[in-house]
Amino acid sequence: MDQLQLSEMVEKYLRGELSGAEKVAFEEMRMNDPELDQMVVEYHAFLDQIENYGAIRRFKSTLYDTHQTLQEDGLIKELRIRGSARIVNLWSRYRRVVTVAASIAGITALFISGMITVFSPKTPLRDIEELRRKVSSLEKQSSTQRVELNKFKNKIEPGASVKFGGTGFIIDPKGYMVTSAHVLKDAKKVYVQNQDGEDFLAEIIHLDASSDIALLKINDLDFKATKQLPYGFAKTSTDLSAPVYTLGYPKDEIVYNEGYLSAKSGLDGDTLSYQLAISANPGNSGGPVLNKNGEVIGILNARQASASGVVFATKSKNIYRLLESIKDAESPEHIRIHNASSIKKVDRMQQVKKVQDYVYMVKVVLN
Amino acid sequence: MSITDQEKAVFKAIGVNDKDAIESVYKDNFSLIQHFVLYNNGNEDDARDIFQEAMIVLFEKSKSPDFILTCQIKTYLYSVCRRLWLKKLQQNRRIESQVENFDQIVPVEDDLEEHEKLNKQYLIMRTAMGKIGEPCKSLIEAFYVHHKNMHEIAEFFGYTNADNAKNQKYKCLVRLKKLFFAQYKNA
Repeated sequence: MDQLQLSEMVEKYLRGELSGAEKVAFEEMRMNDPELDQMVVEYHAFLDQIENYGAIRRFKSTLYDTHQTLQEDGLIKELRIRGSARIVNLWSRYRRVVTVAASIAGITALFISGMITVFSPKTPLRDIEELRRKVSSLEKQSSTQRVELNKFKNKIEPGASVKFGGTGFIIDPKGYMVTSAHVLKDAKKVYVQNQDGEDFLAEIIHLDASSDIALLKINDLDFKATKQLPYGFAKTSTDLSAPVYTLGYPKDEIVYNEGYLSAKSGLDGDTLSYQLAISANPGNSGGPVLNKNGEVIGILNARQASASGVVFATKSKNIYRLLESIKDAESPEHIRIHNASSIKKVDRMQQVKKVQDYVYMVKVVLN
Repeated sequence: MSITDQEKAVFKAIGVNDKDAIESVYKDNFSLIQHFVLYNNGNEDDARDIFQEAMIVLFEKSKSPDFILTCQIKTYLYSVCRRLWLKKLQQNRRIESQVENFDQIVPVEDDLEEHEKLNKQYLIMRTAMGKIGEPCKSLIEAFYVHHKNMHEIAEFFGYTNADNAKNQKYKCLVRLKKLFFAQYKNA
């Protein structure tokens, strides 16, 4: 009897599925063979453990479903309040006042945002050019790139072709990164590629169209958490004329560009963005815009079609806002970004050397 | 307090994962526990975790032949939650003083010790499951957690017949056993 048959037999025996005669024969075998007996004992303990594991798993899933059902039917309520008993008391006492106040605030906010939509100038779409890169074919890669790619297993499935490309950069060492939301338009799958040409599969965690920011999480076993980020994220506005630089992938290798902040608002007074005088090309979208202290002040996202050298970047404040808004809802882990940059004192070349490891090419597969 | 036959029946039904019994106990007790946790420095997530863990204790007890329920389910659940929550507070040093009481309590310390042992075993198995990799994990789970038979498994995983699936399951099981006992003997 081989091991497989034996284990099957033991399992049947333990489940009580053996016929009377088989059972007697098996028990006799057990008596005469202490090794077999030992095996049965061990197997028994192990199967018990698996059965228990399965039972608890099933029970947990019932609990989960029950909670959802009862909550949907309104039979239990999760009280979404944090803090001590006193707060709970205050809440129940002032609930009505708070509700009224909140609805007034809500109506006012709706009214104001309505006014803004009515009166704000509409962005003529043709006037602005989003800087995502159309990748016509993977064959166009430079020869060095191809050599480098070959070193790694090419993760992008054959048949799926990369249609659009942009830039992204790490905001949390656990593998969270941001890019421009428009880069990921209609994306079926997203890969990010580091400087060494290594591809990682990434998952879209959140898209915010109004600020044009997308949050990605690198979901790939080959990805190792990075070291602490060299750059910080500016919380305050940057001054007019401040020198800035950006890194991005308008082609298959990383490209550096520099310029200055030319206006504190974007196209037609868009206060979520900066206007920059810098040269940028399709593929630069989603790249970090850094100031001389090595702080990210924005994410590059578009250029004016009718004028050369007029580029827009969404302000870094929007990243903070986005992270705040999804804190509990969509991200299982806590993403923390801070404003301290560790490359403040070093010169530009050294800064770029550090930063470029955290800037990735974003590749979008549509089909 | 005496326990009605209905209570006893519900208690037994929980042990066999009976949805209606679980739902009725859940509905009748969740709010009380939630209030207890919120009033004692917890938040809504804590309340849910604590309550569900207490339900698991109830489940384990219901399956155990040695356990006899001597009080109402409500009292038992509350006592377990109170104990679990106190322990958590002590671990986090969030509070040193007594917690506010909401209901009468029965001693559950020994029951919880037993639960902790079982929970540890559960976690070891979960870790081992996490390590065997695919398709082993899904295969083993299909058989032991979701109780699919070998024909269904063969079809689902694309094995040509049930015997092939059985072979594969055996190989996976051997690996799982090795991983499990490596941890289990250390613990």
